[in-house]
Amino acid sequence: MSEHQGVSQKRWGHLRKVLERPGPFSHPDFEPSSEILDFIMTTCKLLVIGAGGLGCELLKDLALMGFKQIHVIDMDTIELSNLNRQFLFRQEDIGSSKAEVAASFINRKVKGCQVTPHFCKIQDYDETFYRQFHLVVCGLDSIVARRWINGMLISLLNYEDGTLDQTSIIPMIDGGTEGFKGHARVILPGVSACIDCTLDLYPPQITYPLCTIANTPRLPEHCIEYVKIIQWPKENPWGSLIDGDDPQHILWIYEKSLERSTQFNIVGVTYRLVQGVVKNIIPAVASTNAVIAAMCATEVFKLATSCCVPLNNYLVFNDVDGIYTYTFEAEKKENCLACSQIPQTLLIQDPEQMKLKNLLDVFCESAAYQMKNPGLTTYINGKNKTLYISTIKNIEEKTRENLTKTLLELGLQDGSEIMVADLTSPNVLSVRLKFASKNVDT
Amino acid sequence: MSSPSPKSPEQSEKSRKYDRQLRLWGDHGQKLLEGSKICLINATALGTEILKSLVLPGIGAFTIVDGEKVTEEDVGCNFFLDETHIGMSRAQAATESLLELNRDVRGDYIDDFPDHVMLHTQDFFNNFNVIIATALPEKVLMPLSKQLWSANIPFLVCRSVGFLGYVRLQIKEHTVIETHPDNETPDLQLDRPWPSLMEHLEQVDVSNFGTKERSHVPALTILYHYLQQFKSENGGLLPKTHAEKDKLRNIIRNSLPSENDILEENYEQAVKFVNVCVNCTCVPNHIQKILDDELCINLTFESSPFWVMCAALREMVQSEGALPIRGSLPDMAADTASFISLQQLYMRQAHSQMESLYRRAVQISRSLGQSTDAITEAEAKLFCKHASELHVFRGKCIADEYQSNSPSASLHLEDPESLMFYYVILRGLESFIDEYNAYPGQYDDHVEPDVLKLKTLIGKLLTEWGCPTVAISDDRVHEVCRYGGAELHSVSAVLAGCTAHETIKLITHQFKPINNTFIYDAITSTSATFVL
Ligand SMILES: [Zn+2]
Repeated sequence: MSEHQGVSQKRWGHLRKVLERPGPFSHPDFEPSSEILDFIMTTCKLLVIGAGGLGCELLKDLALMGFKQIHVIDMDTIELSNLNRQFLFRQEDIGSSKAEVAASFINRKVKGCQVTPHFCKIQDYDETFYRQFHLVVCGLDSIVARRWINGMLISLLNYEDGTLDQTSIIPMIDGGTEGFKGHARVILPGVSACIDCTLDLYPPQITYPLCTIANTPRLPEHCIEYVKIIQWPKENPWGSLIDGDDPQHILWIYEKSLERSTQFNIVGVTYRLVQGVVKNIIPAVASTNAVIAAMCATEVFKLATSCCVPLNNYLVFNDVDGIYTYTFEAEKKENCLACSQIPQTLLIQDPEQMKLKNLLDVFCESAAYQMKNPGLTTYINGKNKTLYISTIKNIEEKTRENLTKTLLELGLQDGSEIMVADLTSPNVLSVRLKFASKNVDT
Repeated sequence: MSSPSPKSPEQSEKSRKYDRQLRLWGDHGQKLLEGSKICLINATALGTEILKSLVLPGIGAFTIVDGEKVTEEDVGCNFFLDETHIGMSRAQAATESLLELNRDVRGDYIDDFPDHVMLHTQDFFNNFNVIIATALPEKVLMPLSKQLWSANIPFLVCRSVGFLGYVRLQIKEHTVIETHPDNETPDLQLDRPWPSLMEHLEQVDVSNFGTKERSHVPALTILYHYLQQFKSENGGLLPKTHAEKDKLRNIIRNSLPSENDILEENYEQAVKFVNVCVNCTCVPNHIQKILDDELCINLTFESSPFWVMCAALREMVQSEGALPIRGSLPDMAADTASFISLQQLYMRQAHSQMESLYRRAVQISRSLGQSTDAITEAEAKLFCKHASELHVFRGKCIADEYQSNSPSASLHLEDPESLMFYYVILRGLESFIDEYNAYPGQYDDHVEPDVLKLKTLIGKLLTEWGCPTVAISDDRVHEVCRYGGAELHSVSAVLAGCTAHETIKLITHQFKPINNTFIYDAITSTSATFVL
């Protein structure tokens, strides 16, 4: 045995005990041997999505659980307000790529670990990139991004004669936190509940009715929203969109909100609140991120080594009042948008009245879809027809007039197929329209 | 265009750095954190991870007490120790690495074992706000537990072995003003409106309003109006039963012209308020218990501001018959003026009750001979606002439990699935370490014999507890011996995050701490808390 191996044998003594000894609670497939540590150190390739609060913890946890082939992807740069929890970053790193700084810190600190950073969006890569990993771990704060990667991993599944090829499954371990609450879950795409199966677990963002904001404000938030939505576009103080990271912008909104609140005798507009509302800030603290990331890393270790049975499949955590955890099995949704094999149908109650913009609202607002800015196309008489796409300027201009047309006027019929593309998935969703029959008795 | 305003406190560099946590415990919580001194005994992976989650949010200072030298195994599971530290003092190496995390935090270390430190400097551990110990042998735990108990210094004891671990809190007494309950019911006190509120509410005869006027009225005003109607039809009594509440809901629903087939938003809210907001305003049991506490009744010069304010609250409850009103209203669909005038009435009432409580508390404090600034207005304000969520925690001394022959642990051994069994096994593990100076299963060729030895020790423990017939599953004992004392980083990191947050709760006096032993089982990803 070489000297280097001797050192590494001792250094990883903790892991070797659980990997090289049999255990009564290990997975049925578990065969204790030194090859397992070899596998996680040399072969097993992990992808960590997000190098923020959870991501920093995940990289550290995984590196110390023996994993060496780790990729990390994050499009963000480091800000001052990250430093209370994102412990791989220092004052002098502000402005640099989170993925790059985090990777080089771990590589420096944990000898032998090779973290590869990707300073970009997850959408910048296609399936050839994602296919290379054994497991994917998400430390994200965005539901849209979670849904996208979920859709990506589902698109990598192979079905042969309707049976899922087990080797095409890339498990996804997802963590999330908000203040002192969090969750960790294990998703086996195609097998267990996926992100879209459980969309109703994510609360919709609070929005205030426009008429309240404009006419009957009562809360400080109403005043801030007014300045944000109505006053800013009208006065356009810097000739640009609001930049939540520009202190001058925040200050302007703060002062205008304060003016409006004084006018209505509303108390409670503070600089901190303004910032929170404008940037949609989620409170965050080191301890909760540490707990949730470590739970996720433990599950990665279990899945990669079989030394224990993995979490089945959802854990919620809360330490406001004592410390509370609850584990349950989230159920796969039979007609899930993302992972079911059943074609989607959408019931249209009143096809003669329903306009295309109403259809768009269904995709954006109904709990089952929760899309962001869906683009719709269809086939009419075997030809591809673009109904509406908002994300490409000249197509938007050309298709805008369709919004006020009814589905019938657009040539859509009972059974027509609509292809929906949205940020929430890399895959195009195909939806068959089902027109409600006029005869209510049948 | 606006000129840059003078630098407001919210824009200081510090409050920008800590912004995300200030939204959770406020500037006042942060101030307590920044003034705190924490001591960590043993810089294991669990220990350094706990300190990491305390250094990042900005505690004042920490001290590490650890007599060990850094080993290769340490480097394999502890992020704050690397190859270059091998052979060095573990306390020193960990302190240096942790200090890099936050330049606002001070830290030092003592390269010695905690029992030596106790011997040389008797009161050394009394100089901290919280003591946290990891991997502490029983023979040191016993005297330290007793010492900290009598000094009333919070003590957190944790252990992480393989996929298992526990966190235990020992503290004599801990008081909390802001518990941050998840969902609070609005405090409207409609059963006992004060004169100015009554006058305001009775001005509005919502039944004579047209559609537009009606839509401006807040739910609370609607509710009050029809509550009066209900009372006049029911002998002046409030609706209590479900049926009576249904009756009130129907009065509200049927008050609208029949052509309205969907209820207007404010009426909808009024109907919703019926369930939780028309109850008799009374002092909740858990608060009454605090007001009847020994420490509330028999104040001394030493009484903390919390108990002085409780005594003032007690006086107030005796004269007013209720807790001070919270003073905040939930948002209600209404026009601005109607809502704001109502909100101001509640705010003013809360303010005047706060002043009255503050005056009483200052008076009591003076009569005890306490210093004139013992009670601050800001604290009284906070206390008043949260008077319905006060919390007093009284713990147990760990040494007493270890030496008791009928510990409460034995009460939880009926359910064979209970995580309490892991507590028993980990207690057995502690006896094992004391007896054999090694972890069970530490050496590859000793796993099987150690299983037997550990089982014997656990059997002895159970006999002492008077439950010799309780069977501990062989599988669980075997699993613990499989670990051989291995510390898995990710398991330690879970326990560490929990322990760090408990520490923050103790320092800030916000949120309820664990009572008193948290057991984490990463095999099944479950946890449980027991009162031991
Ligand atoms: Zn699904």
